[in-house]
Amino acid sequence: MAEEVKKQRTPPDPNSAKYKLGKIAADAYKDAIAAKERGEKVAWVSSNFPVEIPETMGIATVYPENQAAGIAARGAGTRMCEEAEADGYSNDICAYARISMAYAKLKSCPEQDVAMPDVLLCCNNICNCMIKWYENLSRDLSVPLIMLDIPFNPDDEVSDAQVAYVKGQFLDAIKRLEDITGKKWSDEKFQEVMENSCRTSRAWLAATAMARYTPSPFNGFDLLNHMAVMVTARGKPEAAEAMETLLKEYQENHETGKSTFRAEEKYRIMFEGIACWPWLRVTSTGLKGRGINMVTTIYADAFGFDYDSFDNMIRAYCKVPNAINLETARDKRVKLCKDNSVEGLLVHTNRSCKLWSGFMPEMSRQIGAECGIPVVSFDGDQADPRNFSEAQYDTRVQGLAEIMDSRKGGKTA
Amino acid sequence: MHFAGIDVGSTTSKCVLVQDGEMIGSALVDMGIGTAGPERAYSEALAAAGAVPEDVACCVATGYGRSSWKGADQTISELTAHGLGNHFLFPDARTVIDIGGQDAKVIELDANGRMANFVMNDKCAAGTGRFLEVMANVLRIPIGELEVLAAQAEQAAPISSTCTVFAESEVISQLASGTPVPDVVAGICASVASRVAALAKRVGIKEQVCMSGGVAQNGGVRRALEQTLGVPIAWSSQAQLAGALGAALHACHKSH
Repeated sequence: MAEEVKKQRTPPDPNSAKYKLGKIAADAYKDAIAAKERGEKVAWVSSNFPVEIPETMGIATVYPENQAAGIAARGAGTRMCEEAEADGYSNDICAYARISMAYAKLKSCPEQDVAMPDVLLCCNNICNCMIKWYENLSRDLSVPLIMLDIPFNPDDEVSDAQVAYVKGQFLDAIKRLEDITGKKWSDEKFQEVMENSCRTSRAWLAATAMARYTPSPFNGFDLLNHMAVMVTARGKPEAAEAMETLLKEYQENHETGKSTFRAEEKYRIMFEGIACWPWLRVTSTGLKGRGINMVTTIYADAFGFDYDSFDNMIRAYCKVPNAINLETARDKRVKLCKDNSVEGLLVHTNRSCKLWSGFMPEMSRQIGAECGIPVVSFDGDQADPRNFSEAQYDTRVQGLAEIMDSRKGGKTA
Repeated sequence: MHFAGIDVGSTTSKCVLVQDGEMIGSALVDMGIGTAGPERAYSEALAAAGAVPEDVACCVATGYGRSSWKGADQTISELTAHGLGNHFLFPDARTVIDIGGQDAKVIELDANGRMANFVMNDKCAAGTGRFLEVMANVLRIPIGELEVLAAQAEQAAPISSTCTVFAESEVISQLASGTPVPDVVAGICASVASRVAALAKRVGIKEQVCMSGGVAQNGGVRRALEQTLGVPIAWSSQAQLAGALGAALHACHKSH
């Protein structure tokens, strides 16, 4: 009998962007655990809370949304969701929140353990479910909650009054954090963090914009992995350096005709919504197997912040995708579609995210009409695997491919 | 030269053979994916056409179980299949409503009969053939009798729940309170029509509208849909075979 020959994995190149970005994301969890062991305070932070504040003050951070995504991607979404549901949380609530509430109770999940918090930093510019989620964490863990209210903006621009309203909260948050952690705010350090954050963001946005080339020098699913660093560590110099490496690699790929999309790129689509983390491989291979490259997604670009002052930082946080009006949000997506020669739109109707999925039927209709592309949606969930059907997904993606093929003069239809 | 299309659905298997642009044989078996249904449908369609497997130049599979049918040269989605099949049956069709066993879809065709867009139901079973099956079971009547009973209704009973399980409770409550069975059946048909009409409005109704799939045979649902959408709905007695027909036509196109 022949011996089984196992394929040797190529060790990751420590100079590659993939290695550097993966290390930064993994180190963030380790650093927080080490800080906790040293007796320092740890903050749990919502994704669109200004990372510049804890980074400037040297406070170790954990991002429960990233933790929940990691837990879901590693197969523990159902177990953790059911734990929360057994405690009375409805399965209609965001699965990130359910996983986080379960973790707050269990304080253990081998799929992604984290340091427990001494303070919670929450901002509602991404969604309002976040408020109740963090209030419950605060109650259950008996730790203080610092809440930034950045309201939905129905106007096209951020007014001076809105900046003043949010700025007052920023300054109050800094004062409270100084009292809780004993660490001090430094304007010089903030300047440094701001420069790092902008440098990281510029490289990230330039890298994602490389999708304008056909074929794209990357598989869009790469962005979903790399963006963890954008969410958690964009104020660190090593993040800026890693993102610049990523940009360089994509430029080299373009110049040499290479791509991280390991198939012939027959069609180019935009993906709308948060990734379906429990089914990432299925959703990815369902596209790649048909030569469909997801070249762009607003979800990735959402975490690129470029500004030059404290006030403009506030303006940037008032303009994150979920806090702006439908027309502005639509126009950003239409630009991505046009800049990147997108031929179809695949919408993840994410059962966890009522806000995002609620406005998508109308917004995607408008995007489809403006760009002249087919729009297809599928049911799924960012972290609860029970809300997804592989067969249903496959039919929709095949249907989308058939329409795109037909438009190119193929024989599908 | 013969071309075969097989539609492996969740509850039924259908097979159609075409030659020179004409249907020469077909079969429908009440067994779907995971059963001997697809094999039987294929054999019966061949027999109906007086053909043997060697006569088939190309076979295309569609439907929920399209990937599990090993005899296919290619698969296409049921969306494209129903689009092609209905364009053949109704050359002027621009909107195809297909209510299958476990999903509902509305397909927009361009002037050349090519699929331009589509919308499918969400994860909820309401508005699908399965919903009708569950309700027929509650009423203890064969699913084929729903149409007959719906035609006898004086006033459709309101079945408002979007959830199949909740709607089942509503049906039981209606029966318990003495609502005549035909009125309950008409309410069930209206409930399906209401869900599917919402999908159709999202795609945009373009005439001619036609109905495909097994539920097309249910006049109660068809009439309720016509009322809700305000347009006549064409249908064929071969509606349930339209997916398999489309697959067979695709096999033919592909080979030329």
